[in-house]
Amino acid sequence: MDAKKIDRLATTILYLIAGIIVIILASLLGYILVRGLPHISWHFLTAPSQSFKAGGGIGIQLFNSLYLLVLSMLISVPLALGAGIYLAEYARENKLTEIIRTAIEILSSLPSVVVGLFGFLVFVLQFGFGFSILSGALALTMFNLPLLTRNVEDSLRQVSFDQREAGLALGLSRWETVIHVIIPEALPGIITGMILGAGRVFGEAAALIYTAGQSAPALDFTNWNPLNIASPLNPLRPAETLAVHIWKINSEGIQPDAAAVSAGASAVLILAVLLFNVLARVIGNRIYKKMTAA
Amino acid sequence: MAKKELVITSRDVHLSYGDFEALKGISLNFKKNQITALIGPSGCGKSTYLRLLNRMNDLIPNVHISGEIKVDGQDIYASGEDVVALRKKVGMVFQQPNPFPFSIYENVIYGLRLAGVKDRATLDQAVETSLKQAAIWDEVKDKLHESALSLSGGQQQRVCIARVLAVQPEVILLDEPTSALDPISSTQIENMLLELRDRYTIIIVTHNMQQASRISDETAFFLAGKVIEMDDTKKIFLNPKEKETEDYISGRFG
Ligand SMILES: Nc1ncnc2c1ncn2[C@@H]1O[C@H](COP(=O)(O)OP(=O)(O)O)[C@@H](O)[C@H]1O
Ligand SMILES: [Mg+2]
Repeated sequence: MDAKKIDRLATTILYLIAGIIVIILASLLGYILVRGLPHISWHFLTAPSQSFKAGGGIGIQLFNSLYLLVLSMLISVPLALGAGIYLAEYARENKLTEIIRTAIEILSSLPSVVVGLFGFLVFVLQFGFGFSILSGALALTMFNLPLLTRNVEDSLRQVSFDQREAGLALGLSRWETVIHVIIPEALPGIITGMILGAGRVFGEAAALIYTAGQSAPALDFTNWNPLNIASPLNPLRPAETLAVHIWKINSEGIQPDAAAVSAGASAVLILAVLLFNVLARVIGNRIYKKMTAA
Repeated sequence: MAKKELVITSRDVHLSYGDFEALKGISLNFKKNQITALIGPSGCGKSTYLRLLNRMNDLIPNVHISGEIKVDGQDIYASGEDVVALRKKVGMVFQQPNPFPFSIYENVIYGLRLAGVKDRATLDQAVETSLKQAAIWDEVKDKLHESALSLSGGQQQRVCIARVLAVQPEVILLDEPTSALDPISSTQIENMLLELRDRYTIIIVTHNMQQASRISDETAFFLAGKVIEMDDTKKIFLNPKEKETEDYISGRFG
């Protein structure tokens, strides 16, 4: 066979593989959406769940998922930024840096069940936070931080060395160069990574089952005092999330409409994660355009 | 030639990257309002020496420096020296144009803005003056708010020069600023440098000998980490004292 034929053959095979992946993904999404969308209604999205009767919603779980997401991002984003900037801009290449990198690598490949179990032992039991949003948010941070840090470091490293020299040669200090030249250039990548991380956190169940808990006590949405136990903002209340709810219904749900609730909840979850991905792209591009031509 | 004030003096400067000695005792002085060219075959240490003058080598690990370099009579490697202030006084233009991926306007005022200048009129004025000095105002005055990356290489390089001028340095270091550009852009930049000579002290590394002979007042010839000779550009090109210089000029090596 001559080079041309081989080239054509290789291209065809690659297209085929890509096509198969697309088809699998599309049918998976299609299946979940077709089954779930008919069950989604305003009532479904806002009503509390029912344990024994039909007609329950996912309102509280949805809120829990969002709240947990915000809280865990509030903890992990600053940490990831600090660690990523340090690793990309300041850390010298030595044994210590090597060890930190390896640790991050290992942490980022830990199965989330293990992270959940660790959270249970440390945050729930040892620190006495109980099954709570706080325990859940800390577990999610453990789960998310390594990937976010990697993302920040990689995004910063993508910015060419030229730009650092340009900043320094202009009389900016090292820190000013990082803040005013390197980070703005890396921002689209950083934000994209953060939003994708948010999507990952939003769909996470295993790390939360034994940390944020599996119960969703009724909330009083008129009470915004975080210290009150019925307040949605109370970080020490147990909080079953959407993903955990789906897992629970499917493993031990006894509601007559369990299948429908599960299908609806799955569709909502998928839509949310899709939304995160689209947002990541749109916002990343938007910021890049804005940065590169004021 | 009338005796001119010295802006930069260096005495017996050595620099090693790890075990490799790239500069082996360089002593050179640079006169005010004059263009000095550094020539020599590649790898002979021109960039290394140039980057010593605004301490850009500080970024590289395992560099050892000895000797003495003074700018305006101040030892720039003395402990406690303000590197940031030094780099404002001694600006640098690189071989590859490296504008920030922001608008042309933002690029030019970046140094000023970070120095705390907020007044719009002052900034506008600085942009216009710097771009005019860099001989690119007419080409970009209608698109100041477009990305600097949308410009051609030659235009980008002139924006980078404007960016340096906006901080009002005393000395401008240029490391082969035209080697990545086409001949027309190169000529534009050469003419601009000749215009700038009245206000700034300019040191330019070039491997283009025509360029050195066209624009510089003095030329230093580097070879293998040493300066073979430095003199008026005319003398270097017409009757050099050293045999190595003559060989290089006449194209026998390098
Ligand atoms: N960062 C560095 N680390 C190690 N060696 C270097 C480094 N930069 C330059 N060198 C070496 O120092 C010598 C001089 O380099 P340079 O100053 O760039 O030469 P020129 O600009 O005259 O071409 C060369 O042999 C080069 O390989
Ligand atoms: Mg060089």
